[in-house]
Amino acid sequence: MTPRTPLRFYGDPLPDVDTGELQGKLIVIEGPDAVGRTTQIDRLRTWLEASGHAVLDTGMARSALAGKGIQQAKEGNTFGPLTMTLFYTTDFADRLENEIIPALRAGFVVLTDRYIYSIIARAIARGENRAWIENVASFALVPHVVYYLRAEVPDLVSRVVVGRGQFDYWESGMDLGLSSDMYDSFVKYQDKLIRALDSMSDRYGFVTIDASRPPDSIFADLQRSIAHLFGGVSRTAAPRPGRGTQSK
Amino acid sequence: MPLPTLQPNRYKGKLIIVEGIDGSGKSTQLSLLAQYLRAPGRPVAYSAWNSSPLVKETTRRGKKKEMFTPTTFSLIHATDFADRMERYIIPMLKAGAVVCADRYAFTAYARDVVRGVSRQWVRNLYRFAVKPNLAFYFRVPLEVAIGRILGGRDAIKYYEAGMDLGLSRNIVESFRLFQGRILEEYDAMAAEMGFHIIDATGSIEKQQQQMRDIVDRELGITLPASSPRPETRA
Repeated sequence: MTPRTPLRFYGDPLPDVDTGELQGKLIVIEGPDAVGRTTQIDRLRTWLEASGHAVLDTGMARSALAGKGIQQAKEGNTFGPLTMTLFYTTDFADRLENEIIPALRAGFVVLTDRYIYSIIARAIARGENRAWIENVASFALVPHVVYYLRAEVPDLVSRVVVGRGQFDYWESGMDLGLSSDMYDSFVKYQDKLIRALDSMSDRYGFVTIDASRPPDSIFADLQRSIAHLFGGVSRTAAPRPGRGTQSK
Repeated sequence: MPLPTLQPNRYKGKLIIVEGIDGSGKSTQLSLLAQYLRAPGRPVAYSAWNSSPLVKETTRRGKKKEMFTPTTFSLIHATDFADRMERYIIPMLKAGAVVCADRYAFTAYARDVVRGVSRQWVRNLYRFAVKPNLAFYFRVPLEVAIGRILGGRDAIKYYEAGMDLGLSRNIVESFRLFQGRILEEYDAMAAEMGFHIIDATGSIEKQQQQMRDIVDRELGITLPASSPRPETRA
């Protein structure tokens, strides 16, 4: 591994965390819904483990504290934008403090399916104040690298239709009241999310990857970049590209 | 950098809140005030800290299993508050109600900072909250509050005593230290936040009379219409 500089926080540090102890790598995969993040994370995990790295993968609404509460709130019809933003931030904080940081301390590679950027993008898409949510989320660690899998809305639409066979209420942003039908709403909402993520790209140093290409090409790019991050991981250990796995 | 502030109340209704440490008697006083305010043509709404149907189950479980860190404790309470704000407090204010809130953002300002969360961060976190028209702070010496709590309810709870801070292994001692620091935070912000300070060692009747006098003086002419009030008894 190349010499590392200690990770830091975006804003005020979390109480009781010594960043000097964090030896692992924090890698974020960001991007809109249905862009293929899960597929790539599954393949990266297999590849990294084959190369001898211990890997933790984590993603939104999977925390022990808030995961269940968020699922229940999504099943109801009264999940307001501020409440949603803060519930997901709670979920993220719980995973950061209880999963991500302990794993980094133990020298794991942490692969996270989305990070604070999706929370910020969703809040912006819902008209919340950008400075407010950026400050709220500023307790996050600055990752070693953020890959932004970027595609246009038509690419996402075809993946939803082919891959899942139906539109999801929340992925379509139906709570925003943009349209009464899920297709139109999905198109408008995902466009807002993509624009919000684009607008964060420079500030947060995203590495943008063109995700309109086939999964194998995306994976090859990610492998190359991550190998560089480690100062050269043997690519011969890479398994044969598998088939895309289920999402969520 | 100046600390972030709350949103002015641009709505028809009025917002009255109470603050104070556990055992200060604020909830008793607020429910008596709500009765005084309730009158034909003047809807009165009530919202308690930590009561969102969407969020409180998560909070309850987290407390029971002692899962919270200072940051997640702060965030889950803000989530609960946001839900009540979006779904209840703001709609009620728009509808012209007098909204009475038992604890408000100031509880988080005091408590979360004592837990070690950044002051600037927690003030920003609650920036979406509507600024109260009237804020009452029930000021009580620590020993009086402890006496009330030990004499009344079954037991002091883990987070209420700040046991997560590791101040003391003795729960009463931890409560004393934790609530003492919260008291200092409340006192320090009282002037900035325009708290009306009520001496919470006085009789219940005397405190209530003070509250009603302040409401009449500060909001009397702006309160939504009602029929004449019956005379209050001390």
